[in-house]
Amino acid sequence: MTVTERQQRAYVDAQAADARVNVELETDEGMTLNIGPQHPATHGTLRVVAKLDGEQVVWADVVPGYMHRGYEKLAEVRTFPQVTTLVNRIDWLGSFANEVPFILAAEQLMEIEAPARARHIRTILFEMARVANITLFLGDLGAQLGAVTPVFYAFRDREHVLDQIEAVTGGRFHPNFDRIGGLKDDLPKGWIADTKAVMERIRSFCDQVEELLFGNEIFEARTRGVGVVPAEVALSYGLTGASIRGSGVDWDLRRDGGVIGLAHGDVDWRVWTHPDGDCFARCWVRLQETREATKIVDQLCDGLPGGPIMAKVPRIIKVPEGEAYVETENPLGAMGYYVVSRGDLGPFRVKIRSASFSNVSILPWLLRGVYVPDIITILASLYFILGDIDR
Amino acid sequence: MSDTTTGDVATEGQEEAPEVDEVRQGWLGTLTEALGDAVVGNHVAPGRSLWVRVSRDSWFDAAEAAKDLLGCTFFDFLSAIDWMPSPWGRYEDSSVDVGIKPFDPSASFATGAGGGDTRFQVFCHLANVRGRDGQRADVILKADLPDDDLRVRSLVPLFGGANWHERECWEMFGISFDGHPGLRHLYLPGEFEGYPLRKDFPLLARLVKPWPGIVDVEPRPAAADEEAAADEEVEPAAAEDAEGGANGDGEQS
Repeated sequence: MTVTERQQRAYVDAQAADARVNVELETDEGMTLNIGPQHPATHGTLRVVAKLDGEQVVWADVVPGYMHRGYEKLAEVRTFPQVTTLVNRIDWLGSFANEVPFILAAEQLMEIEAPARARHIRTILFEMARVANITLFLGDLGAQLGAVTPVFYAFRDREHVLDQIEAVTGGRFHPNFDRIGGLKDDLPKGWIADTKAVMERIRSFCDQVEELLFGNEIFEARTRGVGVVPAEVALSYGLTGASIRGSGVDWDLRRDGGVIGLAHGDVDWRVWTHPDGDCFARCWVRLQETREATKIVDQLCDGLPGGPIMAKVPRIIKVPEGEAYVETENPLGAMGYYVVSRGDLGPFRVKIRSASFSNVSILPWLLRGVYVPDIITILASLYFILGDIDR
Repeated sequence: MSDTTTGDVATEGQEEAPEVDEVRQGWLGTLTEALGDAVVGNHVAPGRSLWVRVSRDSWFDAAEAAKDLLGCTFFDFLSAIDWMPSPWGRYEDSSVDVGIKPFDPSASFATGAGGGDTRFQVFCHLANVRGRDGQRADVILKADLPDDDLRVRSLVPLFGGANWHERECWEMFGISFDGHPGLRHLYLPGEFEGYPLRKDFPLLARLVKPWPGIVDVEPRPAAADEEAAADEEVEPAAAEDAEGGANGDGEQS
């Protein structure tokens, strides 16, 4: 079979085109790597686009929004008590904690205060949400870095925390239990003893994780000095929670926020910080925080005051005109609701300030110059929940 | 220094003994001194928050002053409020929805803490996080934007974190930020039309189909409604019923 000149030219052209593509991939622009939207390290649907030069990230961008549910708009057509059902689903691993700042903002506008017993039980559940959330983080952290065991321990022990939350609220994931002026119900019988046993269990889980991970040579090699965030940068990006305390900023809204309606002031606990600002620091701070949270729960269980669990609230809840911003220290960081009320049954505008949104917005800055495997470590250590980014 | 307290926190208790928040008044004084006439309104909720409303041109300067003079290096959030009452009400025609005023396009809108003259207002919260030594400061800045020129200077040069918040605000309200490094969609797909958080943007799900949740709301006895309207403080016995009723509302997930 003879090859015509025309066919030969076509072949050469095609070769040249291929070569050009290859050249583009290898030089100038580098290679573009898409992590997500469906990547295990993104815990959902976060997409990270990274431009690589060899193994190094030259430039990276984050594309959220695959799960945007428009809660700020939806809240405008709900009544105040109905909003908690929505916001439960923002950070779905620590749901109860999402309800609290909204309820506190409404209480602030209505100028009512929950009775002492309600404040204490609220704080207990708030801290248990933290325990359930961070427990899973500690397990997942190992899974991201190639250690398979911790994640099974985490699911095993978190289940007991969820059981306790379910025993009070009836919901494992979405309690919808907090009310303006107090709580829906009191604690069931025998709950306190069970909870203290579970907290003991979580403390031994923390010890196990510490042994398995934090003393591990590979873990240290992969997290120490990786993804360093200096304190000033962390502040300007609005990082909160363990992400900012891992950068050495001694700031915790439970202690410093002056939040009315929770009982953190009544118990003895401490805020942990770590000066390094790297992935290790953030993870270590979270581990310590889980321990502190179990201590808070224990102390509150011991000193639980009696009395009613609901303040006197009107039958139909109308919130007086005004604006309030209440921020609490949620498992993922500071979460706040800016509530504007026009004296109606529902809020006029709700701005939801969620922790992961700000925590993740630092990624384009942070990923510049890191190596590909470190992207996963950094994503894991910043610790975000997709619902908390997209809202 | 003007103290324009616009109908916020209920005033009953305050009339007897006006609470003065000297700390927040101090922060306000610092900002007013630095910005002069640019401060056009303010509001102090004693022990809680400080609102400072500045003119649009000094939005950036106000944030810079808060950062430099009050040490507010922590950028919390930025967003906007559309003060126009929604033309759609709450999309409900149940008894609980009857009290909503019908939309009147010519009416002026009442605005909240710190006052305001225009439909759109941007606001941001900045804080000083020194922790235990008590040097805490935080301020909510606000600025009015005229309807025909929805733009304001970007805060990105001051706070890196403003980047995403401004992108969100841009796509949700249509407010553009001068000097922003890349104002593109954050949540919404690129071809999306309209600004969802504006009040005149309909919530289509509610327009095409009545909200199923409304079916679950038990009709309240008319007598109890009157009683609640006449007397906000409920008797203890009635409070228990009220609890049940209010909870019913919250649980239609």
